[in-house]
Amino acid sequence: MVGLGDRGLTMSSATRAIATDPALATPPASAGRARRSRVKWGPLLLLLPAIAVVTMFFLVPLVDVFIRSVTDPEPGLQNYEWLLTNPVNLEVLARTFLTSLIVTVVCLLVAYPYAYLMTIVGERARGWLTLFVMLPLWTSILVRTLAWMVLLADTGPINDFLEAIGVGRQPLIRTTFGVALGMAQVLLPFMVLPIYSALAKIDRRLLAASSSLGANGLTSFFKVYLPLSRPGIFAGSITVFILGLGFYIIPSLLGSPKEAMVSSLIYQQVSVFLLWGQGAALGIALLVVTIIILVVFNRFVRGASLAPGVEPE
Amino acid sequence: MTMKRVLIAFSVLVIFLLIVPTLVIVPISFNASPSFDFPPKGWSLQWYENFLTDREWLKALGNSVLVAILTAIVATVAGVLASLGLSRLKFRGKSLLENYFLAPMIVPGIVIAIGLYSLFIRLDLLGTIPGFVFAHTIVALPLVIINVMASLQGVDPRLAQAAASLGASKARTFFTVTLPLIVPGVTAGALFAFVTSFDEIILSLFIQDPSLQTLPVKIYRSVTQSTDPTVAAVAVVTMAVSVVVMLAAQLATRKRKALT
Repeated sequence: MVGLGDRGLTMSSATRAIATDPALATPPASAGRARRSRVKWGPLLLLLPAIAVVTMFFLVPLVDVFIRSVTDPEPGLQNYEWLLTNPVNLEVLARTFLTSLIVTVVCLLVAYPYAYLMTIVGERARGWLTLFVMLPLWTSILVRTLAWMVLLADTGPINDFLEAIGVGRQPLIRTTFGVALGMAQVLLPFMVLPIYSALAKIDRRLLAASSSLGANGLTSFFKVYLPLSRPGIFAGSITVFILGLGFYIIPSLLGSPKEAMVSSLIYQQVSVFLLWGQGAALGIALLVVTIIILVVFNRFVRGASLAPGVEPE
Repeated sequence: MTMKRVLIAFSVLVIFLLIVPTLVIVPISFNASPSFDFPPKGWSLQWYENFLTDREWLKALGNSVLVAILTAIVATVAGVLASLGLSRLKFRGKSLLENYFLAPMIVPGIVIAIGLYSLFIRLDLLGTIPGFVFAHTIVALPLVIINVMASLQGVDPRLAQAAASLGASKARTFFTVTLPLIVPGVTAGALFAFVTSFDEIILSLFIQDPSLQTLPVKIYRSVTQSTDPTVAAVAVVTMAVSVVVMLAAQLATRKRKALT
């Protein structure tokens, strides 16, 4: 599973859910440790280049953003005050959450049946289903968005078709619908994979047990199967939601300025108005929200995975 | 059984919606008229000709390839070393360190982008090859580490011990025993790093300047500022590059599975 879907995508995606594949979580067998323990800093030396690069070009920039948010143009919390009192900001933040939520729900509804099918077909078909859901990740978001721009355009093929059958031309591009469609297409794999890995762990004998106790198919599904798949649903939903919050390219190309999401607002503050402090404060807010969601989620899933029949992650 | 049929029909539709819309760009790139009309009214290769004769587009292509190769090298070297280091560590901070390396995958790209922009202004790295390579390495490194760590998992540590007990130095043990065993993971990681860099857009938008742009930056500018269908031909070429490299990565991981 690792190595298939975890492409970086453009918005530094791939995900914690995929990244912390259970295979990675298990401590690697390093029986040689006792021998090496006297040269304890050997491994640290190996880690040095990576630590240096990540610190210099990831941690330092983030700290820099934070510092700018409380010092630009002058020391103080005025940027955060602006963030919380300017109605446009609150509107954009609300829209960002809402769009991300819509995308998450759409992905969930599409991914669950797809992932379920993956568990009931043979090895070979499962390989193909995995490949097909990964395939879009092999193409850059930019190219895929360009294709949607053509398809959804006011004079594009979909609108031509709608007019031909008498529905009439609809606003597709520069709408929340267009943005959500583009985002859902990009984020679907991040929902399918965690759900599939949760579903694959469910002991199907539990379903047989529940039907032998008189439950019908639907009851078995809602009382037994669905609750057991909760860790996958949570993992996938959280991943899609937080990745969705940070989308920039798709809203800026498929949405109108009226559909601006928080990333566009940050871009605007920093690059257009050169208001670094305000852009930085928005960035820090986005980052903090992302971290809070992840932390809460980790608590949540630890509890949920205690359910019987599901391996703890 | 009928339920399975419904699921299959549904999934085929999903696959269709995942893949076919993107392919619309292919016929458009062969359009005879200067528009994004679909279906095209006639066929021509003029947009490819434009792409391959325009100095600006070619320069961007050259930059993208150069940056992607350098990123793949830097990320792979740093990533392989870090994975080896991580696999030998067993202290409490280990998972913390692992998460540190993987964090750029979940931190919103725009936040890293404005941070790098701010830093690069001070370091005078805007619109430079090293600037692009370091920025792209940040998002490529996690993929290398994930792939190499997964490969290392399948390596029996006793093999390295055996080599050491036979008198091989650490470097020799690595190059003759460990490395050959993790080559598939390293290859996949390097190819992922290449594609990540080749397709990277958000960070690139902030750290570019008119003197140095990569292909995605040029595509984005073209899409937002003009209606030149040349961009469709460029998009098809970049898509082809990504798909071919990712296929190679797939083959590498296949081999890995076959080995273990």
